[in-house]
Amino acid sequence: MRTAFLQGNEACAYGALAAGCRFFAGYPITPSTTIAETMARELPKVGGVFIQMEDEIASLAAVLGASVGGLKAMTATSGPGFSLMQEHIGYAVMAEIPCVIVDVQRLGPSTGQPTSPSQGDVMQARWGTHGDHPIIALSPTSVRECFDLTVTAFNLSEKYRTPVILLMDAVVGHMREKVILPAPEELEIIDRARPNVPPEWYFPYEETASDVPPMANFGDGFRYHITGLMHDRAGFPTQRLDEINAWLTRIFRKIDAHVDDIAITEAINVEHARTLVIAYGCTARAAKEAIYMCRRHRVGLLVLKTLWPFPKDQVLLAAHEAQRVVVPEMNMGQIALEVERLVGRSKVRRVRRADGEMITPQEIRAAIEYKE
Amino acid sequence: MKKETAKKESTRTGIGRYEVRLAGKGGQGMILAGRILAEAVALYDGRNAVQTQDYGPEARGGASKSEVIISDGEIYYPKVMNADLLVCMSQEASDRYYYDLKRDGLLIIDSTNVERSPTTRVVAVPITELAVKATGREITAAMVALGLICGLTKIVSEEALEKAIRSLVPKGTEELNVKAMQAGLEEAKRLLEAGLPVALPQEL
Repeated sequence: MRTAFLQGNEACAYGALAAGCRFFAGYPITPSTTIAETMARELPKVGGVFIQMEDEIASLAAVLGASVGGLKAMTATSGPGFSLMQEHIGYAVMAEIPCVIVDVQRLGPSTGQPTSPSQGDVMQARWGTHGDHPIIALSPTSVRECFDLTVTAFNLSEKYRTPVILLMDAVVGHMREKVILPAPEELEIIDRARPNVPPEWYFPYEETASDVPPMANFGDGFRYHITGLMHDRAGFPTQRLDEINAWLTRIFRKIDAHVDDIAITEAINVEHARTLVIAYGCTARAAKEAIYMCRRHRVGLLVLKTLWPFPKDQVLLAAHEAQRVVVPEMNMGQIALEVERLVGRSKVRRVRRADGEMITPQEIRAAIEYKE
Repeated sequence: MKKETAKKESTRTGIGRYEVRLAGKGGQGMILAGRILAEAVALYDGRNAVQTQDYGPEARGGASKSEVIISDGEIYYPKVMNADLLVCMSQEASDRYYYDLKRDGLLIIDSTNVERSPTTRVVAVPITELAVKATGREITAAMVALGLICGLTKIVSEEALEKAIRSLVPKGTEELNVKAMQAGLEEAKRLLEAGLPVALPQEL
């Protein structure tokens, strides 16, 4: 245990180190740069590698290479860099390479407003790379959660052999808070399953009971082929429909069948809530302030720490008695779309803001108390 | 009648919450000052504090502000809603942020840089001038401001503030910065003896 006064970005870097991350490749961009700075300082102390690459495309490529080579690896960026990484995110999904991609969201599109916060990349995290695919994305609300959810991001990526996106924002990333960091022995750390067969028996994409094939380190003597093409169990390109279908259903199933394990939410006063607020990231903090401002209204709050896969069951359960569902977010309505899909459009009141300022508790309160 | 209950409700979460905004131009040390104040309160005074920052893309010259929320309980919203204390180191900051100040909030302006004060209920101190006098360096004005805050409001203890300054300023400049802080403390003492234009709250 260690008490410190840390920035969200620093806590994210310490979380990565605690989770066993030993490789970081990145390209500096506000507001994520302090993650790279912390990793550059701390990684060599634990025998890890830090590389500043020529751009974000190369950064994620290096991260994928390191992960296939056996290291837990991460990169961190913001909107413009996240756009450049989209192609390799798809490659990571296709080749089932565990890695963590941190996007400290700033106001966009394009260069936008480099130092202002936003939550505009929620749908980009879901659908930014082409082709139908599952993805995991988490979003922290505090400095301590930046630490915890980075550990979780690594654990999930290792457990399910998938890229995991940590959607932070400029408020949470740059905010400083007192945190008590857990001791290493208090943490649950998950490492990828390794093959326990002789190298000549190994198939890198074999169907297994868990849907997650064990992963050998590239170069350890196991037969291994990696491609962005549809591939068979040996990793070689295939056009056979039975193999393509089997692969596609498996990569969806390995995430969809475990939504309970992946979906993290925090519910406050949701039992019998007539109004439910659903929020995530820094906006959840304004929402918390707002629900305590209007306690007599029977208002509940559901904080989404996992955005993708969408925590459908938790949302339906929390909203089942609610007459109104308020969804504040720092974009023009992205998670609101998912909520509307589940609870019906007429119940949802969006609180939108995409000008680089945080949504205030008063704005959320106004939506809670609004008379139709 | 109804209005009264509404008012009570709105301040309920504000209990024990003290909101500070330090605003100026990039390069005046406002973000470092906020960090020092928050760390002093959170790590050395044992209370809760959250610090946030806003600045433009420029390294120097653009608007820059740092906010510190201090509380004995949990802090949810990390930004200033209605400032209890507003320190303005530039004319622009003073023009722009005065309206977020609570009715009984404390406004401190650096009269070296702010020519037109938005109100007469203000503590106007030539902060930058005092810094130059004490250390010969304009950049230490932020530390003078911290000394002033400490002396006037007691939201942070002198010992905690000094510890935080020593741990956060660049190595080799500790004495210089502490000297600037002391200049601020002395100025606060002088002001309190002379009587302020604003009544200070008794406690948080």
